[in-house]
Amino acid sequence: MSFAREASRAVRSTLALWVLTAMLYPLLMLAIGQIVFPYQANGSLIRNAQNEVVGSALIGQPFTSDRYFNSRPSTSSYSTADPAADEGRVLQTGVSGASNLAPSNVALLDRIRGKGDPDPEQAIEGEIPRLQQAGIQPTADLVYTSGSSLDPHITPAGAAAQINRVATARGLQPNQLEDLIRQNTDGRFLGIFGEPGVNVLKLNLALDTL
Amino acid sequence: MQTSTTATRGTRDSRRHTPKADMSGVYQRAIRESFVKLDPRIVVRNPVMFIVWVGTIVTLLVTIDPNLFGTVSADAGNQRLLNGLITLILFLTVLFANFAEAVAEGRGKAQADSLRSTRSDTVARKLLPNGSIQEVSSTELRRGDQVQVVAGDMIPADGEVVRGIASVDESAITGESAPVLKQPGTDISSSVTGGTRILSDELIINVTSDPGQGFIDRMIALVEGAERTKTPNEIALTVLLTVLTLVFLIVVATVSPLANYVEAPTTIAILISLLVALIPTTIGGLLSAIGIAGMDRVAQFNVIATSGRAVEACGDVNTLVLDKTGTITLGNRLADEFIPVNGHSVEELAQVALAASVFDETPEGKSIVQLAEREYQAKVGFDRSTAEGVEFSARTRMSGTDLPNGREIRKGAVDAVKGFVRSRGGKIPAEIDEAYARVSRLGGTPLAVCQDGEMYGVIYLKDIVKAGLRERFDQLRRMGVKTIMLTGDNAITASVIAQEAGVDDFIAEATPEDKIDVIRREQNEGKLVAMTGDGTNDAPALAQANVGVAMNSGTQAAKEAANMVDLDSDPTKLIDLVAIGKQLLITRGALTTFSIANDIAKYFAIIPTIFAAAGIGALNIMGLKSPQSAIISALIYNALIIPALIPLALKGVQFRPLTANQLLRRNILIYGVGGVIAPFIAIKLIDLIIPFS
Amino acid sequence: MLQGWIQIGLTLLILVAITPLFGGYMARVYQEEKTFFDRILNPLDRLLYSAIGVQPKENMTGWQYARAAISSNIVMALLIFFLIMNQGWLPLNPTRVPAPTWDTALHTTISFITNTNQQHYSGETYLSYGSQMLGLGYHMFTSAATGLAVGIAFIRGLTGKPLGNFYVDLIRSITRILLPISIVGAIALLAAGVPETLAGVVVVPTLEDPAVSQAIARGPVAHYEFIKELGENGGGFFAINSAHPFENPNGFTNLVQLVAILSVPSSLIYTYGVFANNIKQALLVYLIPLSILVGFVILTAIAEYNGNPAVNALLNVDQAPNLEGKEVRFGWAQSALYAVITTASMCGAINSLHDSFMPNGGFATLSNMFLQIVFGGQGTGTAYLFAYLLLAVFVTGLMVGRTPEFLGRKIEKREVVLASFLILLVHPIAILIPGAITMAFPDQLSGISNPGFHGLSQVMYEYASAAANNGSGFEGLGDSQPSPIAIAGGAETSTTALWWNLSTCFSLLAGRYIPIVSLLLLADGLSRKQPVPETVGTLRTDTGLFTGVTAGVILILGALTFFPILALGPIAEAFLISRGIG
Repeated sequence: MSFAREASRAVRSTLALWVLTAMLYPLLMLAIGQIVFPYQANGSLIRNAQNEVVGSALIGQPFTSDRYFNSRPSTSSYSTADPAADEGRVLQTGVSGASNLAPSNVALLDRIRGKGDPDPEQAIEGEIPRLQQAGIQPTADLVYTSGSSLDPHITPAGAAAQINRVATARGLQPNQLEDLIRQNTDGRFLGIFGEPGVNVLKLNLALDTL
Repeated sequence: MQTSTTATRGTRDSRRHTPKADMSGVYQRAIRESFVKLDPRIVVRNPVMFIVWVGTIVTLLVTIDPNLFGTVSADAGNQRLLNGLITLILFLTVLFANFAEAVAEGRGKAQADSLRSTRSDTVARKLLPNGSIQEVSSTELRRGDQVQVVAGDMIPADGEVVRGIASVDESAITGESAPVLKQPGTDISSSVTGGTRILSDELIINVTSDPGQGFIDRMIALVEGAERTKTPNEIALTVLLTVLTLVFLIVVATVSPLANYVEAPTTIAILISLLVALIPTTIGGLLSAIGIAGMDRVAQFNVIATSGRAVEACGDVNTLVLDKTGTITLGNRLADEFIPVNGHSVEELAQVALAASVFDETPEGKSIVQLAEREYQAKVGFDRSTAEGVEFSARTRMSGTDLPNGREIRKGAVDAVKGFVRSRGGKIPAEIDEAYARVSRLGGTPLAVCQDGEMYGVIYLKDIVKAGLRERFDQLRRMGVKTIMLTGDNAITASVIAQEAGVDDFIAEATPEDKIDVIRREQNEGKLVAMTGDGTNDAPALAQANVGVAMNSGTQAAKEAANMVDLDSDPTKLIDLVAIGKQLLITRGALTTFSIANDIAKYFAIIPTIFAAAGIGALNIMGLKSPQSAIISALIYNALIIPALIPLALKGVQFRPLTANQLLRRNILIYGVGGVIAPFIAIKLIDLIIPFS
Repeated sequence: MLQGWIQIGLTLLILVAITPLFGGYMARVYQEEKTFFDRILNPLDRLLYSAIGVQPKENMTGWQYARAAISSNIVMALLIFFLIMNQGWLPLNPTRVPAPTWDTALHTTISFITNTNQQHYSGETYLSYGSQMLGLGYHMFTSAATGLAVGIAFIRGLTGKPLGNFYVDLIRSITRILLPISIVGAIALLAAGVPETLAGVVVVPTLEDPAVSQAIARGPVAHYEFIKELGENGGGFFAINSAHPFENPNGFTNLVQLVAILSVPSSLIYTYGVFANNIKQALLVYLIPLSILVGFVILTAIAEYNGNPAVNALLNVDQAPNLEGKEVRFGWAQSALYAVITTASMCGAINSLHDSFMPNGGFATLSNMFLQIVFGGQGTGTAYLFAYLLLAVFVTGLMVGRTPEFLGRKIEKREVVLASFLILLVHPIAILIPGAITMAFPDQLSGISNPGFHGLSQVMYEYASAAANNGSGFEGLGDSQPSPIAIAGGAETSTTALWWNLSTCFSLLAGRYIPIVSLLLLADGLSRKQPVPETVGTLRTDTGLFTGVTAGVILILGALTFFPILALGPIAEAFLISRGIG
């Protein structure tokens, strides 16, 4: 086959399949998404009574205070930034990412157990000391950073460990909180696939409406 | 087919080694050769061993100066000792591989020497066109020259007899001491070989080969291995071994920066040791020895193969095409019964049959004479000197006698004789067909006998199937080899013999053209075909077949077309050749598998100990004493396994006629699983023995 | 714990169960038999054939097939490179991302055209929606279809049929397999919560501290997500791939993704069985990757379940799952399963961070990529598996005393050259050589984040991932240039990233196109051979015995080559952890 014919076929196939798979297919899916599943297609956004977006049902938010159930440690602080000082331009695009620390890396242990250092810049508070200080019995999910840094969930055990702290701070009965936790737990698919997780943002939103 | 009776039974061992080679001194010569083969130009032909050889030189350098490639150790003395030992073992590894090849070649060399001794220059009497005789050296003879040889002469060159009858001693090439009769015209016995000796009378010979290209010259070249080229299979295997060697070269070359990064540095001598342990040195060192030994086994079996390719192809053969006569049945059919027709008595028939056979020198003819004279007291009732014998020809398919009184007596194929009777105005009695059918059903050959237009009856020639063939065909069938019998007999006779002998298929009433057709048909189905032949009209079929074995007693044309020549002229040897071919391939495969399987143990011996600084000492499952001891033990094993396997490489893995799956199971167990386990044990033992801390 | 094993077991069971159905369907597609969608798709196919100018009945030789594959891939690559380099002004860029550096664009292009999707970029910050949808999403179809086409051509050749026509196979792979299934799968993902929008980032004040805002990245994800898994591409729309809640929001989507990832390579073995008219052999061969896969899943999952002993000690428990880099909704079981399946299949998508796995996980994921046949790449995995079978036939077949043959075709020099080069040599060249260079100059070239053995694993993982066309990363390397936004903000480009981008390009290309050409030439040669009839003297390759032998050959020739790396990487790390760290 001549080079010209070979090249012509290559170019024509590139263009024909481009139209089919990179234009028609996504357009079809965009149409289905926007028409049939508008809520999911636009990011499962949660709106408050004023119809303002307060977050996404699928994306976690940072919580560290004793009035809220705390979320997992995140390397990107859940893609958040101070709009006034966003040097990393996080708010322009949104980010995700993980620690990439190996189990054999001492830095991982230091992050979890903390490390004292004469230079306060170098000192690390440590997840476990932080949790213990807050009166929370540490669980694995609360000391390990998540994969996406956006994990919306904590484990039911991680939530249970925080009940007393939140109840005390808000002056609520622990059993009220247990109910809330149960209502905001996403179960396994078909009761089999995946692990149950307590959606921290939804739980805390519910807390605020109590 | 004068020798066919000698070879019906007989295992490989009972056959003679011809020519007798002087085996003493083979080992001394092999040791000398091992050093000669250290020449890099020779070693480079074997990529695996070449790497070892290069490694030896590098380790030698770091023995002289351990810090040549950067400081490795403060304790240079200790380092030097270790490097020196490694150098020594690597050197021995190369030497052992050379030795294996040299021993394999040695046998052939010895055989060649004894052949060469027969090929001294002789004075030949060359016939000039004007009829005069000129004495010339045999080396000056050219193709087309005519020479005269007389009793006591060495025949100066290969040739065809054009005149004269003489007995010739061919023991120099066949080992058969009984002289052979040579005469012109007959397909089989008119060719003579240079180097054989004429015992009586004289011959005029037409030279058919130029000097240096005669049969003995070719034989010398073949057994000596001078023309040895790698077989297709060997080439493919060499490719695989080369790729594996390259892979491990990359693995070992790149491991150094990795080891440095994790602060478990190692030295160049140790890396070379690792490399040599991992590359397939066992099969690399023995591969050519296996091939040479395969050719040699064929030669010991008194068959000369023109190429290793042909020996290898024997193992792949799917179909054997065998002539009935001489191969499946004894060459001679014997007259067993006379069946008279037309109201003739059996005595009358015997009388006519005897008359038809008096000039017939074939064993069949002689057996008819014998039967007629012994059982029926028949007598020759005419003057032999005035009667004339009619020779058998393929066209008439009859022979007989023209009597002095003008009567024509004929015997031959029933159809042919019927035709003859009709042409003389005679009638064909119906009984003749019954007799014909009866003989055929018994697997015999019916010969009709007539005198002019008068049909006398049928002679029952009985075919005798060679003993033990049935079992061998069964074996072949189990190996997946099909046998096809070719015969000039009619279909009924053929089927009876076929059944008795146990062949898978037969072609009846076959002509020489049928032979080539059946070969082509099988080949078109993708099969490899082997056949034997001796006549000139077999030559095309011999050339067409993937393995063509010519009988040494056969014509020059047949021998040139074939890729093997059987010096014993025993067609049943084809069956043994299949086994030899398979054995060659199995040996190669077994040692390859063994060699590669060994790597697991070598990895586990070396890696954990040399990278002990990386804290992987727990992988040292063999519990070897120290890194030094582990490396030396693995290398010693690696070197010693080559000479340890030389006998196996030379003798070949024992072959059993089993199905492919049974063979695989058996050999995987021995050479695969065994290849994984054996080095673990051996390396541990060596580690315990050597005084290295 | 039991619950975790149950979900692992059921997922694998589903995968095995769909194999004959899907494999049979693919066989019908490639043998041009009637399929369900013919009424709609036949006219579409014809339209595409005429647009490209291809005669559907025209058969190609191996060399022609390879040339067509490579020339079309080159043009496709040029298109995507152009799109990425010009994304700054092209439409569909709501997040206003300028063009990345040239080396990032080049690496991304080559990474996607080779079906690897190794990402030295973050989806959110480096690329526009347009580059992802019109560029990368496009390659997810064509690179997968190229692999499938080559795989099918190889199967055809192996079974003695003409190789077929590259463009026909390319188109049918898309219109009959990848596209229809993607439409269904993408709708399922959409319904489960995966976004599909052209709208940009949503910025919201956080609940706890309204002074801090959260940026919620979105995009046309659902359609991209499904073909990413089905085509074994694995390049995530977002930086963190299927760990991102928008790519993989729950147990359902995770299951859909796992099934999609493994369905094509595992079913293709069955497709071979149909072509060869020997389902028994297909099933036996299937057992090799399946058992390796199961072994690796168990090995990995046990370690993730037991967790990091050093952290467990701090938590005062004997056992706590290692959740570093893992999402709560997937836990140890689904994370371990996903990690093994994605590296086994050369998909490379991740739902948890392999870098933070216990050494067992590093061992399993690395080994998967070294082997490349634990179902393996789209089309190529099956082809590699059978190339191993050819080598096993050659090495051991001699032991039955015949020139080795496979399906009646003799394995001779040409086959040994191509097969041994292909499966034994390409990988060491593409992994070990650049890996060793990098390790020789770790400070200048690598930018390794973790010390010691793990750092070694990171480097070798990166090249193994590139060469095997997997695309997942141990990450933690200085392999990314600053994002275009950061560069616009004045960030300096990095030398280590340049080295990584260029050196992995070498591994990507070597790991993709050398095998493609070799496989096609191998298939071409085999298809032209006169078949030898089978007798009892023929080595049967459809027996349990021979399958076991093949597994042994794979272990010794395929895996042992990389034993030093495994020993100095994950194995040494495992011993280190068991001795106790810090």
